[in-house]
Amino acid sequence: MTTIIEAQDLRVSVPDSRRTRLFGRPHQLEIVHGIDLTIEAGEAVGLVGESGSGKTTLGRALVRLVRPSGGHLRFYGNEIANLGDFEMRTLRSKMQMIFQDPHSSLNPRLTVGTTLMRSLSVFGQTVSRQERYERTIELLDMVGLPEEVFARYPHQLSGGQRQRIGIARALALKPDFIVADEIVSGLDVSTQAQILLLLRDLRERLKLTLVFISHDLSVVRVLCDRVIVLQQGRVVENGACDEVFAAPSAPYTRALIDAIPLPDVDLHWLDEDMPHAPTLPLPTPMKAQLAKI
Amino acid sequence: MADITGANWFARRPRLVALPRFRLRLNARAAIGGSFVLLVCASALLARWLAPHPPLDQDLMNALVPPFWLDGGDISFPLGTDDLGRDILSRILYGARITMTIALLSAIVACIVGSMVGLVAGFYGGVVDQIVSRMIDTWVAFPPVLLAIVLSAMLGAGITSVVIAIAVVDWTRFARIIRAEAQVQAQMDYVAASHILGLRRAAIMMLEVLPNIMPLIVTLLTVEMGIAAVVESVLSFAGETVAGDYPTWGSMIAAGRGTIHHGWWLLVFPSVCLIATVLSFNLLGDGLRRLIDPVHR
Amino acid sequence: MNEPAIQIDNLQVRLADGRMLLRGVSVAVSPGEVHGLVGESGAGKSMIGKTILGTLPHGAVIQSGRIMFGGQDLMEMSFDKRRGLMGCDIALIPQDPLMSLNPVRRIRRQMIDLMRLRLGMDRSTALRRAIELLDQVSIHEPERVIDLYPHELSGGMRQRVLIAMAFAGKPRLIIADEPTTALDVTVQRTVLQVLRAMQQQHGSAVLFITHDLGLVAKLCRTMTVLHAGRVLEQGPTSEVISAPVHPYTRALLASTPRFDRPSSLLQPIPRSLADSLWLEARTWDHYVGASI
Repeated sequence: MTTIIEAQDLRVSVPDSRRTRLFGRPHQLEIVHGIDLTIEAGEAVGLVGESGSGKTTLGRALVRLVRPSGGHLRFYGNEIANLGDFEMRTLRSKMQMIFQDPHSSLNPRLTVGTTLMRSLSVFGQTVSRQERYERTIELLDMVGLPEEVFARYPHQLSGGQRQRIGIARALALKPDFIVADEIVSGLDVSTQAQILLLLRDLRERLKLTLVFISHDLSVVRVLCDRVIVLQQGRVVENGACDEVFAAPSAPYTRALIDAIPLPDVDLHWLDEDMPHAPTLPLPTPMKAQLAKI
Repeated sequence: MADITGANWFARRPRLVALPRFRLRLNARAAIGGSFVLLVCASALLARWLAPHPPLDQDLMNALVPPFWLDGGDISFPLGTDDLGRDILSRILYGARITMTIALLSAIVACIVGSMVGLVAGFYGGVVDQIVSRMIDTWVAFPPVLLAIVLSAMLGAGITSVVIAIAVVDWTRFARIIRAEAQVQAQMDYVAASHILGLRRAAIMMLEVLPNIMPLIVTLLTVEMGIAAVVESVLSFAGETVAGDYPTWGSMIAAGRGTIHHGWWLLVFPSVCLIATVLSFNLLGDGLRRLIDPVHR
Repeated sequence: MNEPAIQIDNLQVRLADGRMLLRGVSVAVSPGEVHGLVGESGAGKSMIGKTILGTLPHGAVIQSGRIMFGGQDLMEMSFDKRRGLMGCDIALIPQDPLMSLNPVRRIRRQMIDLMRLRLGMDRSTALRRAIELLDQVSIHEPERVIDLYPHELSGGMRQRVLIAMAFAGKPRLIIADEPTTALDVTVQRTVLQVLRAMQQQHGSAVLFITHDLGLVAKLCRTMTVLHAGRVLEQGPTSEVISAPVHPYTRALLASTPRFDRPSSLLQPIPRSLADSLWLEARTWDHYVGASI
């Protein structure tokens, strides 16, 4: 099995908006604190965490939308952590991302057709407009959308439809590796189910490797073979879904699982005291933030 | 739209300024504003045929004739005459030329320069943004009208110098606003998505972000036209304008100050025209924004 | 007590452009009971809350129906009398605390303002009551927290502040409009524990609006399933969830992912079912809605 992604002591920082500087680069706040992970070809890995866990930041680092501040990141064995924009361009077609917010992830002033056609024309392949058009219709069909959607603007479509277009866009360049960042979070339960089933189907058909970021463990269970649980920028659990759900090794994971309200009637569910999830020893800047909780 | 085939898809692709395709259904603001602007432009262009008298013709026998509906008025001088017997209406019509030319040209120049600078600064951020922001901050510290007057004096009289003077001062208005909007757009996920698809930064800026800023640019452009018209008048008022007695609304207003009591029409009519023109530019801008923007259509 | 805390009878609400929002909804909540109002987005569940509170969007018209509260019809009440109820006898716990709390005012100011305006307390009594309430919702060091700005609190704390503010007037009815949707799942549980504790302590009835069937199963004794402004199924939660009668309820349950069951059981609501339900709604419009 080929290892697609390998991360060693990966650290990612973001500009700290609370500490401003007059000139120069703003202070950096480390969000992901040295994680190790491996993703094999064909796997579907769930990346789970609550807000502030760093899962979105990590997801963006894996597709090199942000440059890691430390550690190693290898894609098919090649070190990509410190590649510049120019060198990354050639790799871009192999790794893609689907974004969370269907409002801002599609350009609101371009039609769906333009967005998709443009995604196909990037790599300067002299494919004719007609061929790109046909490929776009093919992509729309793959995600279950009719041809009419081509001329629509995003605001004329529902959240579920927009998310499908996001998926179509990610598939345009025939990537091997896709990161899906909370793509079902804002959707109705039924639409959510449709998108999940679509993604599962596409993954099987196209032999994709998937990293599925979510705060919802139930959703992750539908799609993923393996699950990684993040807490405050560190990995606390990494294992096969079946094992983790049956017997989680980390108390935090146990707490997350217990906190999920399953649709089984149990009016005493709230009475049970949740086993207190111990927090990890934190570096000092974070302590001050968390003192408020 | 199920009849789109590859062949006619290209003809229907959205343009940078996405006008509704088949019928230009104007809304009320665009219609009213646009008509008046067109009216002023038309009068400017057709002044030679519309004006009852040559604008520079003095007729001291008929000095200070009131508008025709008042006592002592004369229909051949519909809006009255000034203290040198020159017909107000004709001067207004010819003056429209200067005003509109300067308004349009300086607004367009300021818009292009300011928008481009703002777009690049806001989108790229970093060092470029720092330099541009400091530059704008310094530039804006100079009192604008004063700057315009000084520039005008330095460059000499003439339309070009006035256009340059106004554009040099007003580009910062575009730059600031467009920069702020560009910063907001640069954070959006669709920009990140384009980046991931391999689009170059410059291409993302022009092809993805610019269409989203276009409605704002168009609105600002029309507002700027109104502002430029007023600034031109202020410059004329201050004496810095095109050479000769060629009438401009500003110089008419300046001259009219002196005769308020015995010749109010020298001041009032050019002022009314100026106000109406600026208002209509604003209305047009607002209406155009609604037409152009596919999201708010 | 046999009289329900609130009884909504055949409520019909129409939007300015003619679309029906609520198509004859009837719901009854007993005193001290937590009633779940469940449905997808656009089903009209938030609208019911807004109708009770009088905050419907501009141009919306209440075509018909009664809302009986404390023996009186809210629709028939004078504007002032009805307004007097809001914030005291009927309170709202809204969804997004970041949008509901004024970001440039400290918590202290917002809570005291509320109590002085709605409950007529003087400043010192209001302050004491505010701190007491914050303590009741399990906020540590309430005297310190009360001086903070909303953005300095965590999401869970903000929501608890909103709960505290809702219970300030010892309300008979609380309308909780998706109060935990914006929260992490562990925080959600804490907040719901707090809500239930407060509810039991004050004996308030709660209309719990949510799209999450799991929450309804754990919190609400009775429930209503809504679709397109119509009540499809109603009754004790234990019956509706364990043995749903209406195919929509069954489909809704089947489309909820469960980590304890194989994912092959996950099924989105069939298109045919959604279509036939909308057809029923339109038919209702045609025969019942239009005749008024």
